[in-house]
Amino acid sequence: MLFYLFAILAVVSGAYMVLTRNLLYAGFSLLITLLSIAGIYVLLFADFIAVTQLMVYVGGVLVLILFGIMLSSRVRDKSVRSENGNIVWGGLVSGLILVGLSYAIRRANISSLPWLQTTEMDVLGNQKSTVQTIGIKLMTDVVLPFELASLLLLIALMGAAYIATDKPKV
Amino acid sequence: MEQIPLEHILLLSAVIFSLGILAVITKRHAVVVLMGIELIFNAANLNLVAFSRYDPSLMQGQLFALFVIVVAAAEAAVALAIVLRVYQYFKTANLSEIATVDK
Repeated sequence: MLFYLFAILAVVSGAYMVLTRNLLYAGFSLLITLLSIAGIYVLLFADFIAVTQLMVYVGGVLVLILFGIMLSSRVRDKSVRSENGNIVWGGLVSGLILVGLSYAIRRANISSLPWLQTTEMDVLGNQKSTVQTIGIKLMTDVVLPFELASLLLLIALMGAAYIATDKPKV
Repeated sequence: MEQIPLEHILLLSAVIFSLGILAVITKRHAVVVLMGIELIFNAANLNLVAFSRYDPSLMQGQLFALFVIVVAAAEAAVALAIVLRVYQYFKTANLSEIATVDK
């Protein structure tokens, strides 16, 4: 089944991102993780989110991260590496989080929740795409968060450009 | 098309979340810590989209996931600009060597 292929791909490349010491390999395996998560979005009937994931994450954020790697490491003397620290504590904390979350998911018995069983899932399968619904929602119900998000993006990009420019030393 | 069980999506999201936590805690390079934060955002988005499947008329989960993506993009831009400034100032991006604001 396609979902398990994407899931295995996402987990393996995410684990490789964490385990490898080469920064560029970490960036490219993060790319594979984001791509397979976009594939999972398509399988979950969220085509608009999948396209947004491709454009914003894969096209924007990842290029930004690769720029960051290139500009914040000495590439010339082959030190595009990142050392690890706190391995014991980090492994312990994240392992405990993983065990606790999966135990909670097993115990919660989610698929027998009443509001999940009463919904009709066929509506989504018959729908051609979610773009129209999302567009109408963005212009009616969530128009205030939409405008605030545009303002936030403007402020963040201006601030990032201002921070990153070279200012004369005072 | 057969249904993907909700538990499997939640488990995948839990695995990706703990991988992100592992990267944030153990890595020493600032950019890799940012990549771990991106993994955590993606795990949250996966849960939102998975639950939004059971909400076909309102689609609140997908809308929330859209806003999470927007805020994550803004965060990445600002954080990478700060990393670049810190690198120019301290000549390193190693977080364990940057212990003070003053040189």
